[in-house]
Order: sequence, then C-alpha cells, then structure tokens
Amino acid sequence: MAAINLNLISGRSIQQGVAIEGGKEKPAYRTAAGIIELDLSDLKKLGAWKGTNVRVTSDYGNVIVKAIETTQGPHPGIGFIPMGPWANSIVNPNTYSTGMPTFKGTPVKVEVAINEPIMLGIELVQRQCGVKVG
Amino acid sequence: MAEYIIKNGHVFDPLQGIKGDKADVAIKDGKIVKDNQVSSKAKTIDAKGKTVMAGAIEIHAHIAGPKVNIGRIYRPEDKLFTYTPKKGNIRMAGGTSIPTTFKTGYEYAKMGYTTAMEAAMPPLFSRHVHEEIRDTPIIDEGAFPVFGNNWFVMEYLKNNEIENTSAYCAWLLRATKGYAIKLVNPGGTEAWAWGLNCLSVNDPVPYFDITPAEIIKGLIEANEYLGLPHSIHIHPNNLGNPGNYTTTLDTLKLAEGYKAKNKFGRDQVMHLTHTQFHSYGGDNWANFESKSKEIMDYVNKTKNITIDTGNVTLDETTTMTADGPFEHHLTELNHLKWANVDVELETAAGVVPYIYSPDIKVCAIQWAIGLELALMAKDASRCFITTDHPNAGPFTRYPRVIKWLMSAKAREAQIKAFKNSDKVIAATHIAGMDREISLYELAQMTRAGPAKSLGLASMCGGLKPGMDADVVVYDFSPDKPVANPDQIEAAFSRAAHVFKSGVEVVTNGEVVNNGNKRTIWVNAKVKENPQVMRDIQEKFLKYYSVSQANYEALGHHFIPNPYAIEVDASQ
Amino acid sequence: MTKTVTDVVCPFCGTLCDDLEVVVSDDGKQLTEVYNACVIGTEKFLHSQAKDRVTRPRLRQEDGSWKEISYDDAAEYTAQMLAKAKKPLMYGWSSTNCEAQSVGHEIAEMVGACVDNTAAVCHGTTLIAVQDIGIPSCTLGEIKNRADRILFWGCNPAHAHPRHMSRYSIYPRGFFTGKGQKSRKMIVVDPRVTDTAKLADVHLQVEQGRDYELLNAIRVALNNEWLPDVVAGIPAQKIREVADICKSGRFGIIFFGMGVTQTLSKNHNIDEAIALTKHLNEFTKFSIMPMRGHYNVTGSGEVLAWQFGFPYSVDLSRGFARYNPGDTSTIDLLARGEVDAMFTLGSDPGAHFPISCVKQIAKLPSVCIDPHQTPTSGVSKLHVPVAFCGVEVGGNAYRMDNVPIDMRKVVDPPAGMLTDEEFLIKVRDRVKQLKGAA
Repeated sequence: MAAINLNLISGRSIQQGVAIEGGKEKPAYRTAAGIIELDLSDLKKLGAWKGTNVRVTSDYGNVIVKAIETTQGPHPGIGFIPMGPWANSIVNPNTYSTGMPTFKGTPVKVEVAINEPIMLGIELVQRQCGVKVG
Repeated sequence: MAEYIIKNGHVFDPLQGIKGDKADVAIKDGKIVKDNQVSSKAKTIDAKGKTVMAGAIEIHAHIAGPKVNIGRIYRPEDKLFTYTPKKGNIRMAGGTSIPTTFKTGYEYAKMGYTTAMEAAMPPLFSRHVHEEIRDTPIIDEGAFPVFGNNWFVMEYLKNNEIENTSAYCAWLLRATKGYAIKLVNPGGTEAWAWGLNCLSVNDPVPYFDITPAEIIKGLIEANEYLGLPHSIHIHPNNLGNPGNYTTTLDTLKLAEGYKAKNKFGRDQVMHLTHTQFHSYGGDNWANFESKSKEIMDYVNKTKNITIDTGNVTLDETTTMTADGPFEHHLTELNHLKWANVDVELETAAGVVPYIYSPDIKVCAIQWAIGLELALMAKDASRCFITTDHPNAGPFTRYPRVIKWLMSAKAREAQIKAFKNSDKVIAATHIAGMDREISLYELAQMTRAGPAKSLGLASMCGGLKPGMDADVVVYDFSPDKPVANPDQIEAAFSRAAHVFKSGVEVVTNGEVVNNGNKRTIWVNAKVKENPQVMRDIQEKFLKYYSVSQANYEALGHHFIPNPYAIEVDASQ
Repeated sequence: MTKTVTDVVCPFCGTLCDDLEVVVSDDGKQLTEVYNACVIGTEKFLHSQAKDRVTRPRLRQEDGSWKEISYDDAAEYTAQMLAKAKKPLMYGWSSTNCEAQSVGHEIAEMVGACVDNTAAVCHGTTLIAVQDIGIPSCTLGEIKNRADRILFWGCNPAHAHPRHMSRYSIYPRGFFTGKGQKSRKMIVVDPRVTDTAKLADVHLQVEQGRDYELLNAIRVALNNEWLPDVVAGIPAQKIREVADICKSGRFGIIFFGMGVTQTLSKNHNIDEAIALTKHLNEFTKFSIMPMRGHYNVTGSGEVLAWQFGFPYSVDLSRGFARYNPGDTSTIDLLARGEVDAMFTLGSDPGAHFPISCVKQIAKLPSVCIDPHQTPTSGVSKLHVPVAFCGVEVGGNAYRMDNVPIDMRKVVDPPAGMLTDEEFLIKVRDRVKQLKGAA
C-alpha cells in the first residue's frame, strides 16, 4: 500500500464549530472533524480516491479519518485535521516547558485504510482511555 | 450593630478644629454619636497615649480596572515573595505595586484608609472597574470616568455647547456609575490614536479642531452647571517632561474667574492631580530641576484650586495612565515592556514598569519635588498626599511619605543616601526646608481636605456626630518626642484599630473583618435633552463596537452595594 | 405569540457579538429563531432546545452505565472529591460567566486547587510573550473607526470568528474609514490558502512553522537592511512590499491566532510579533490583538488576575498563588501525573487535549460540568448538565479586546436545571463545611 509523509496541522473550521454546538455525540461531528484535508497532489501520491478512509500515524498514536480534498489550498505537503479528538489522537503533546502542546507541525504518515471504521468523537476518546461504557 | 467608645485618645479632627485634645469618640449603628448616646454595653477601646483620626481618604489611585489588571497580568514578577495565605474569611492576597483586589482593600484598611477613588475609569470598561471594586473589601470606593478625550465632549465644546456637554456628562456618570469628571492629557490622548500628542494647552487636537484649553474650560463650566460633589479632576498635558511647569501653570490659570457652585461645601473648581509630575524645570534630563516653588506660589494664592502631590517613594513600580503618548515615551526611555490600549471614542491607556532608583539623579529630584509641594503648602487642607499609586510608588508607602513629611531628620538621612546627593540638592529646595508636618496638618492632608474636595465632607473625613463611623486609632503618642523617625512609619503602617461604618475591620494591625464596602457614585439629573440622546444613539449605531443597550453598568453583580449621591441640575 | 429579545450577546467566540435578535415564545420557554448570528452562534442557541438534552446529573456506575442523581447529591460528590484531593485541578472556565468563575475561585482557594483556563491550549503562549515584552493594543471599535492596515497572522476568522471581519475589521465603515473595505489593505499570513487568505490584498503563504523568521524579516525590511532572497518561503521583494504597506498606513493592527501560538516557537513567535508592532510605532500607529477563542476565556484571565495576580495556570495548592507555565500548567500537570482529581467546567479537554492527557483524566476522580455531552463527560465519573450560559442565564463576559459585556438571558432552562453559578454555590457551601471554619 502507498503511504505518504506529511506535516500535520490542526485548527478550527466552521463546520467543526457548528458540529460541536450541535452535539459531539452526533455523527455530524465525525463528518466535520473526523477528516483529513489533503492537497490534490498529495491525494494523487497516496493513490486514494477522495472520501477514502485513511490511517494517520505519528510518533504519538494513530487514528482513522476520511481523506478529503482540501478547500483551502493548495497546500502540498500539509495535512489538516480540524481540532477535535481525531487530531488529538496523534498530535505532539510536548510543551517544551511552555504549557502549550505542539498542536501544529506534527510529522505524520498517511496510508489508505479503506476497510477501517471512523469512530464517533466520544467513542474514540472512551476507547483510547479504556472507559467502560454501559 | 456593636457599639464602641474610644476613650482618652488624642483626637485630631480638622472638621471640628480638634487639635490633639483628649476626647472620647462613640460609635453606634455605623455612625459617630455623642459619647452619651451609647449604652453601657458599648465596647471600650482604650486609646490612652494614642492618636485618633477619622478614616483616611484616597483621592487619586489606580486600583481597579483594565489598566491595573493588564499590569497584574503582564507582571508576574510583581507577586514574588509577597503572598499571604487565606486565613478564615480573609482571602489570600499578594502583589506589590499592583496588588490583587483583596490585598488592595486589606492594605488600605491596615493603614487606616476607609475610602478610595479609582482615578481613571475608561467608560467602555466601567463594568470591569466595578467588578474589581466589588472584589476590593472594606473600603468605600468611587471611580472617575475620563472625559478629556471623549468625542461627544470635544464635538459639543467645539461649539461651546455647555448644556449639551453637561447632559452628556450626567448620562455617562449614570451609565458608568461614575463619581467625577476626570481629564487626562486633554486632547493629547485622542491625538495619540494617530501616534501624536498635545504638549501645551493650545495644541490643536487632530481632526476635532479644539484645544486642550477649550476642553478644560468647557468641562469646568459643565461641572459647575451640574453642581457635582467633586470639581474637575485633571491630569494636565505634558506630564513628565523637563520644563513642563509652564504647561501646568497655563492649566491652573484656566480656572481663574470660575467659582464653585454646589451643595456639598466644595470650594475649588479644579483639582490638579499628581502635581509632582508637572513641576519640572530645565529643558533636558541633564538640567532637570524642581519648580515646586513656582507651582506652590500660584496654588497658595489661588483659593479655587486643590492639588495632590504624587510622591515618588523610590521603589520599583508599575506606571499606568490614560496618557497613552506618555507611556510610549517612557518605554522608549527605559525600554521596559509596554502595554497600550486605545479605547474607541473615549480614551487610551498605557502601562510601563519603572524603577525609581535613589542612584539616579532624576528620580531623586522627583522625590524631592513631591515632598516640597506638601512642605510649601500654606493651606494643608488644599494639598493632599498621594503617590498617584502605583505611578510614583505603591500606596502602601504612605507611612514612609508621612515619615518624610513629619521628620526633617528622616529627609536629611535620605538626601545623604542619594548617590548624586550634591546634584540633587542643587536642583531642588528640599535641603533647606525644616518644616515638619503636624498631626493636625496630616489629618487635613489625608482626611478633612480630600473629603471637602470630593464633596464628601458631611459623610466622612471627620468625627462629628452623625457622620459615618470611619475611625482610626494609631499607636502613636503626640506627647512623646520621636526618637527615631521610623516609629512614625511603623505606627501609620499598621493601625491599632480601624472602624469602617462602625464595624471594627482592623485590630492590632491585622484585618479581622471584610467589612461592608459601598460603591459611591453620582446620579445627576438634568433637563430632558433629546438632542444629546439622539447623538448618543447615533454614535452607538455608527461608531461604537457595542450596542447602547449593552453599555451600562447595572445590577447586583457590578454594584452590589451602591451609594448614590443625588444631584439635581434639572432646574 | 412570540416576542423578540434584542441586543443579545452571542456566547460562542471571543468576538462576543452583541447585536443578535432572538425570537422566543410568549412564556419564555421556547426559542424559535435567531437573527444576525453566524451559523455557529445560531446553532448554539437552537441546540439549547434539543429534545434529547441531558437535564439531570449522572453518575457513572461500576458497569459503565449512567445513573441519574439529584443536584444536591452531585454537589456532595463534587465537594467530597475536591476536599479529599491533595492537588485537584479545576480546569475550564472559558464558557461560563465571571460570576461563576468567582465562586469557583473561592472553592479553589479553600481546597488548594490548580486553576487553569483554556488559554492553556490557546493563547497561553501569548500571555507568556506579553509578560516578556508587553502588548500595544486597542479596542475593536478603534479598528472599525481608524484602521487602514489589517494583518491576520496564523488565524482564519472566516472559519473561527465568522463575524469579525464584518463587524470590526474589514468591511465596516467607521468614523475615519468611510469607504469600508476600500479604506483598508488586508494582509494574511498562513501556510494554507484559507478562506480568509482568499479575501486578502496580499497573502504570504509562509512555510509552516517559520513565522518567527518571517516576522523578523519584516523588521529587517522596516530598517531597509539586507535580506536573503527567500525567507520562510517568501521572496524578499514580497517581504519589503508588506513592510512598506504597513509603514504607509495611518493605523494598523495585527490579529493573530493559533497558527503562531501552537507552532514550535510558541511564545517566541508572539514576542517577535509584538516587537514588530512596537517597531511599527516608530513609523505610524500600530496595535496587535490575540484572536481569543472561547467567548469568555478573556474574562477568566481577568478575574484570575485581579483575584490572584496571574491570568492562567494558577497553582493555589501551597496556600498561596504560584504561576509558572510548564510547571503549573494543565497539560504539564496531567502529563506528569501530578494532580489527583479533575474538575472541568466550561470547556472540553477530552476533545481538545492531546490523548495522552485525556488518558490521565480518565484515571482520576472526575467531575464534568457542561450542558453538552462531550468527550470530557464521556470519560468523567460525574456529569453535571447545567443551563446554557448566555442563553438561559446572563452574566458578564469579556470580549477578545477585554471589553466586558453583560450577557442576556433569553429563555428559561428546562425545569429544575441549575446554572453554573448556582451549582458552584452549593459545592462551595459544602466545601466550607467539610473544611471547617478555616
């Protein structure tokens, strides 16, 4: 399988903003923030269709999100995951004594994971934290 | 409420002309009463060999609001080694030149201060000022909204519309729950919005086509039209620059011919604040010198003016003022961190840390000038002690300033300690001055005087029956000679007893009660003025970034315990 | 019948718009329409009406299910947890009013907690820089009335502060800016061609993480000194062009966001941005302003500062206030496993902290106070739903330029629900009992 290496940044999007106010337990939150926005050239390098599920892996973890073509590009070499549990599963948590994690600029590997499911936001966090839910 | 009788103290009360006579002061239901009006249950405080005064009044300090808080936010170092932990109901407290609100209330109370005025409230931020006032325990507080660079004021005064200016001032005092009309570098702060300044009373304000002199005179007229308790309270143009005393005299002269009109017993039409910063000669930092004599000669002969000193205390501090261009000038001089906030349609503010080092000639001259002003005052009830907290030093240094004023020996020791002692002596008058301020004069400068100037003389600053029971007992005997001037500082640092509105808030120098603080504001009624109301509406629609309906400081959260002084100018 | 509430304040972002109109039913219980708000603000008001809303506290059971409990029991649980802990962390405070913050601080003082707000993962590094070098700034109305040079650096208001450009910064016609957008030059610095960048006169597509160099290069250009051909991916000529645009304005402003606070150089980026602003004041008038995220994160900083002297990351555990980001900051406290209870109000660290920190939260005794179900409530032992602040209860909030605005209540919360402040007062009174008179 093809894999590409990117520089990951996270941040707000208006869809993410609407979704968090609409309810983080809802699938709409996953639609808005369980994604990675890629430059068209990077999608081609990856050999993936738009809308394909991908695994994004960093030194700090990995997560399944949907690869979509960026609307705020071109930005070859940069992947954008809106702020939320999906991005935070893989960002660099080091603060280097500033108190602030390094949310922007995490090196990641992206590979196609067409059969892997994308989890809902709350579920994703609970799973990783080992929370027992009834 | 508990009753008290403070027995056998040496009472100093200029309001009643009491000059240290042994007398009893009785307290009942939050008020001072005749000593035969308390019951046998009244708790006796033995004040034998001690000094008894009314609670002191702070007429000018920056203790609440946005610029004080940016000072706290951007100076974590100001808190180092200062914190006291929570104890019972007394909150933890810390900070030096910009103490937390709790510390502000506690420190004032420990020194025997029971009322304080926040000297510059940006109207758009009045809700912030009031939140901090609410969290400052014990002391009664008012706040002066700034008017000297306000677009409405400048537009009305350009056409000499005094009635409209007055109506607007009354509206803004009500909207912000403000106490008095404050001017800071009139016109100059508006000019600063374009990076410019007005350094004399005749420099035109960019675009508005008006001069500082016109703004000052117009606001004196509006103030007296309304009959407010306080006069205009002015920080004039050209602060802090060598040779600025001429600008100061030009400013003072603008009050000539005006007479106070009010029902509060106030006589002055202008209060000139932190006069020390405005009494400089020379034309550069090398030939910088004191012009205190020139200023005080004028003040002494001019009855319709009051001043406060702005004493430099030789500390590290945090300067802050609505004089935006001055703070930019200061950061260019000392290269310390600079905060600035320009406020739409109204004002600006700047903040820069400063170190008044006794090793620096200019700082030592500033120290001398502040003391000279008070020592040259012929009428102690028109010259008040301030440090323009925190600009010339923290208010917690009042006891040290009092020591310097009351002891020529203490001053001499300080002059000798200066690195550039000879140069300082040559540039000032301080070395030859042997006047020592008496306790009676001290009570005039810190109690009766500021109370009268603020129009509060019937409420506080004195010990007449019927007044609020704000009473202080200092462990200081006027009978005994002072062996060491430091005794003065120690006694005034920590009062033996402090009563605020009849509640004992300090005992043996420690805060024992959070009191029942009030927010004092002025509710001025004017004739209905549809034009001004339309102008206000229009400015909010077009130029403000908040809606008019969301502008006013209202309600329990902001002013839980209001005390409104009513003024009726509608006739 | 319905009635319209005007001048409503929007409790979403730091823009704190106060011109919303909200239509409510005559009995004040139903909210039906929202005018003037952006899509996010509209959603916030409308979602408060959701039928599936949680309206009572819920305690996680052994089997992982929720059990509904009363507010009194929830307050008891919270008070016990905080009173027993040696070093509890009380985090959030950015989506609530100043009244609630004040009560929370009283509790924190009694139990010796670490208190922190969302600046920890937002503009905390800005505050560090401000402590280094200061901050020349202004209110948003000054921008509207005077500014002719607008820089957006590492921020994307088209997405994060949707009405910022129309209310304050780009489009409005102010007193000295009568031609609105035509009076202004707009410069955007961002590694992506964001929807904000697409509106700009000049877009500098900086290499991600190289903001410090670019800021420094603009200062070099201001001094007309030598520059390499390309800095941070931007040709020197372009840098000089931007420096000239800034210099030639009458009143300029740099708005900045997470693009500079969260990249590797962090507070140093902001140091340099402020130094650039200060530098520009030698030529003209310039200001700088952080684009604060939560509607009242600024207020939390203000209240913390006047009550304790520090704007965030305040550690009260020794009986007095300490502040040392990197040491007393939430992310580091969690990463080092230093706190023994987690109290969250008005924020969602479960969604917005790196997962390693969220795992720590899940291990601790924890209470989450939030009107929504969130990843934080999902990993907490107790979830206390409360009234929506700014919708179902008013209270004071501070806009990104520190201007305080008193929010309005527009509808009643569902019957029996408490506000943040009401719940905290219950907890405070119980903690007082547990801790005795002292």
